[in-house]
Amino acid sequence: MQFLVDGLLIGFVYGIAAMGLTLIWGVMNVINLAHGPIIALGMFGVYLLLNIFGINPYLGLLFVVVAGLLTGMIIYAVAINRVIDAPHLSSLLATFAINMIIIGIGTAVFTTTPRNIDMGLGSFQIGSVTIQWTRMIAAIASVLIAGVLYLFLYRTTTGKYVRAVANNRAAAELMGIPSRRILALSFGLGTLLAGVAGGLIATIFPFNILSGGVYELKSFVIVVLGGLGNPLGSLVGGLILGLLEGGIPAFLETTWVPVFEFVLFVIILLVRPQGILGAKK
Amino acid sequence: MNAWRRPGIWITLLVVMLFGLYPVFTRNAATREVIFTILLSMVLASSLNIILGYTGYVSFGHVVFFGLGGYVGLFLMYNYNSNLFVAMAAGGLSAALLAFLLGKAILRLRGAYFALATIGVNEAMRAFINNFPPFGGPTGISLNFSVYNAYGGAANALWLVFYLAIGLTLIAVVLSYAIKTSKFGLGLMAIREDEDAAEVMGVTTPNAKTWAYIFSAILPGIIGVLFFFKNGNIEPADAFRLHFSIENIVMVMLGGQGTVLGPILGAAGYQSLRGFLLTNPLVKDYQLAVAGVLLLIIILFIPAGAVGWIRQRFPKTRRYLP
Repeated sequence: MQFLVDGLLIGFVYGIAAMGLTLIWGVMNVINLAHGPIIALGMFGVYLLLNIFGINPYLGLLFVVVAGLLTGMIIYAVAINRVIDAPHLSSLLATFAINMIIIGIGTAVFTTTPRNIDMGLGSFQIGSVTIQWTRMIAAIASVLIAGVLYLFLYRTTTGKYVRAVANNRAAAELMGIPSRRILALSFGLGTLLAGVAGGLIATIFPFNILSGGVYELKSFVIVVLGGLGNPLGSLVGGLILGLLEGGIPAFLETTWVPVFEFVLFVIILLVRPQGILGAKK
Repeated sequence: MNAWRRPGIWITLLVVMLFGLYPVFTRNAATREVIFTILLSMVLASSLNIILGYTGYVSFGHVVFFGLGGYVGLFLMYNYNSNLFVAMAAGGLSAALLAFLLGKAILRLRGAYFALATIGVNEAMRAFINNFPPFGGPTGISLNFSVYNAYGGAANALWLVFYLAIGLTLIAVVLSYAIKTSKFGLGLMAIREDEDAAEVMGVTTPNAKTWAYIFSAILPGIIGVLFFFKNGNIEPADAFRLHFSIENIVMVMLGGQGTVLGPILGAAGYQSLRGFLLTNPLVKDYQLAVAGVLLLIIILFIPAGAVGWIRQRFPKTRRYLP
């Protein structure tokens, strides 16, 4: 039970990370291989703000939001804009080049020593289950962020533009929507979500600059579970993955978790490529 | 057999040959190690090119064949004391078998879905072998030093491995050229351009794709055995390193996807550049970032790769640059 609750709570955060990946995929058909390093940058953003300026990590997340949006737009302008209409391989490799650049500089500057943020918030008890406050807050924050994203996509004009571009870019352009700007914005949003997820994870687990890779792979699994290009499906996918991570150790060794995750991933791709929820494509 | 009268293939083979034989004449072990790494990359990049460049399917987790081949080979050597050549054959066969089974399943997926599935397969395999006691679980398999005695001691074994690597590179080039100039290869390229149209024109696409996948898996499986035999041990983290896979894609892209010479040049170029950056005191710490910037520039401005670019720019050179 303890495992399941822990898994469920962290699942919300996984969901946010995956949402960033799936948003970028859904809007511009780009698989963002720089996702992991951006998650790691989010972790370091929160960590550095705390250690240099003494800013509370949860407050620091607000800076990560702004910085993430800007970073994403810059990455789009530099690396993606030129290859957006080229075959898949080009955009895959362009984002991989960004990955190399971030990891390369990050390793040189921060080394790979593990860091951690001690929030010192303790935990509380419900029946026999102990819940850490950091996990609880991370889960609540994730739900809030998902809600805000939903409102943005479905209740604002800009959000409508994003959905229009995702549906059919050519048609959206004919309707007078500045598609390049919307693409840049979407990439910024995806980066923002990855960064925030990183920041939240940093309050729970120790990390280093390479930690993002693990969460990137998890995000791939979640994105496929929830349906490529379906942001809300990602949240559900995140919960499923969290439950798997919490549930499997009850009857098998923890090292078997990734086996199940990736086998499930390949099976879903084969049997139901539109994801469990079935995104409209 | 007109294709074999063209000069391009012979020039390529000659270049690879001279390149490989250089340390044999100088008898320098350090150069030999550098060249071995490059030959290894050439074999992997050339093989990957068959599915990636000719057929247009981005196999992201291609290292799975390299790792599986290595594991099967070392398993046989460790437990049954089998000969290196038997182990290599077994490694190649197991990679081919995996490609056949995977081909039946995941080659139905197109574009990014296929790329994602290959990542999933590689990660699933890595996680599985981590939990698979016959293959040593997370610690892997370490060969006893005495296995090298059968090949005249460790020093001689290293030379033998090197000669075999030259041989495999030549085979990779010949295979790559033979496929490209065959009717089968033409079918693959038709699939790359438009899979539905290819099907209508009479290419049995599922079979053709599966065969392309198998051909691109065999040599990585064989050279995996060679590499880990030389290393003396194999671990899941080394055998199924996704990053390694991606580096191979970069090599194919650098040289020019869909050309025979491209992956060869790309492998040599990438590895030399990496060696240069790693040893240069100025950029040593930032080698990954510098390589990333260069990669980005190439993707953005020369997407056809070096050989592809020259072929487009100067059509007359096509005879010499296969």
